Amino acid sequence: MISGYWSGVLGMLAINIVVAYSVFVPAAAGLLNLGSAGFVLLGAYMAGAMTSLFGLPLAAALLLGSLTAGAVAFLISFPILRTRGIYMVLATFAFAEVVAGVLLNIPALGGAAGLSVMAYAGLPVLIPSAVAVVVAVAWLMRTRFGLSVRALHDDESVAGLFGVHLRLTQVMAFTVGGAIGGLGGGLLVHQFNFIDVQSTGALFSIYVLLYVLMGGTQTVWGPLFGATFFTLVPEAFRKLAEISPALKFLEAGRYMIFGIAVVLLMMLRPQGVITRTLVERLSGPAKPASSGRGSA
Amino acid sequence: MKNALSVSDVSKAFGGLTVIDRVSFDVPRGSRTALIGPNGAGKSTLFNLISGVYSVDQGRIVALGQDITKLPLARRIGVGIARSFQNIRLMPHLSTLENVMLGEHHFSPAWQLVSSARASQRARAALQEAGLHDYPGQVVADLPYGVQKRIEVVRALMAKPGLMLLDEPAAGLNSGETHELRALLGRVSASGVTLVVVEHDMPFVKHLCDHVVVLNFGRKIFEGSPQNVRKDAAVLEAYLGSADVMEDARAA
Repeated sequence: MISGYWSGVLGMLAINIVVAYSVFVPAAAGLLNLGSAGFVLLGAYMAGAMTSLFGLPLAAALLLGSLTAGAVAFLISFPILRTRGIYMVLATFAFAEVVAGVLLNIPALGGAAGLSVMAYAGLPVLIPSAVAVVVAVAWLMRTRFGLSVRALHDDESVAGLFGVHLRLTQVMAFTVGGAIGGLGGGLLVHQFNFIDVQSTGALFSIYVLLYVLMGGTQTVWGPLFGATFFTLVPEAFRKLAEISPALKFLEAGRYMIFGIAVVLLMMLRPQGVITRTLVERLSGPAKPASSGRGSA
Repeated sequence: MKNALSVSDVSKAFGGLTVIDRVSFDVPRGSRTALIGPNGAGKSTLFNLISGVYSVDQGRIVALGQDITKLPLARRIGVGIARSFQNIRLMPHLSTLENVMLGEHHFSPAWQLVSSARASQRARAALQEAGLHDYPGQVVADLPYGVQKRIEVVRALMAKPGLMLLDEPAAGLNSGETHELRALLGRVSASGVTLVVVEHDMPFVKHLCDHVVVLNFGRKIFEGSPQNVRKDAAVLEAYLGSADVMEDARAA
């Protein structure tokens, strides 16, 4: 029987993985999203409202939360995709702030006091959801659509020359990312039975973007690594500090270590820890043509 | 349709600098046309205009029977135009096979799995044909220059083009690789694809091409056969300098 502590850690890990993939899909197309908190809040409030105010089953509420965030992502993708680079980062960040501001001013959803829900999403919901998201994104990135997303990341102009529709592909990547973020929000609110706009602030969006960039955007395994590493390692430090008095400094010092780890990773692996070349090396020598299957 | 490509009175300027100045020429269907000229003559710019990377300021371009002057970049592949680049522009984080499969993107279903045997069959056959069957799963950024250069050509071929623009395809290749490339392009041409090649390697041009267009300072100065291009005074002057310099060179 898993303890309450580890249940909480694994639940948070599952949610972090889901949200990391919401940022990964657009990032794979070269779009940096610092507004994941906005999509998470949209999904959380919609799903939360559906179970608490309208009594919908959890699965239906999660689906509606995801669809809502996806629809909003679709609509805002058009103005946001007109920006580039740091301006896109700022535009997505501003979007999340607008979402928080709007939700804060809806009394029916609890306003500043937040929204409490009765329905609970435990590990039997969270873990299969996270696995489903990883499998679905892995599948998506192995399709021709995934190929066009990755081609856009490398060279928009050449991808266009070979028929990749720049704006359509970017809009789809952004929409899929928003929908996954909404699912993450639905899971979050039902894991903690509560959500308010402070639950997922600017720092949340920054952490999620770090999971993805530090893990790497070249392969589908990057965000899985990033979210797992940055969720479990600080917890491991806290546990070590509890177990051994000699390691007591880790309790407060883990944030400093986390910061140093981020700086070192940016210096030593700016392309992220998990790169395509690394995966190729780990999976052995390239398969000969006659093997019947390439790496995708 | 007699011509695969008709460039009519096309101009392009960047700021105050006119890099293509009222250029007109025709590329006969099925021909192997070389577009040559000194550095800065405007050859790559002309390729960028034909492929849609740059917009045309003035004039008209008709390719494979369709006016493509204002056609968006992503739709030109559907007309049958594919190209390679002077400086390699493969997708560095994709494998060889994926880069090559990108060439057939415009006529493939979006949800087809890239790793499926059916999807990669044509790409593998094309790599085999080009002698590149050893590298299907490797990330292209890790491959030698000559291999990458040939992968670009194979990627363009995968688009099933009617008109193929090759920007210095032999640059940086050793003599063996150049020979293989020439043989490959010969087979491509024999299958009915019209080739337009920008190339500085004149023996390569002489052996491959049957039609030559020469540019200098953004203007066309010659159009004709590879045999006649060497005798043309304007071409000699563009490459060697003024008539006086040529006289000096002959005297020396």
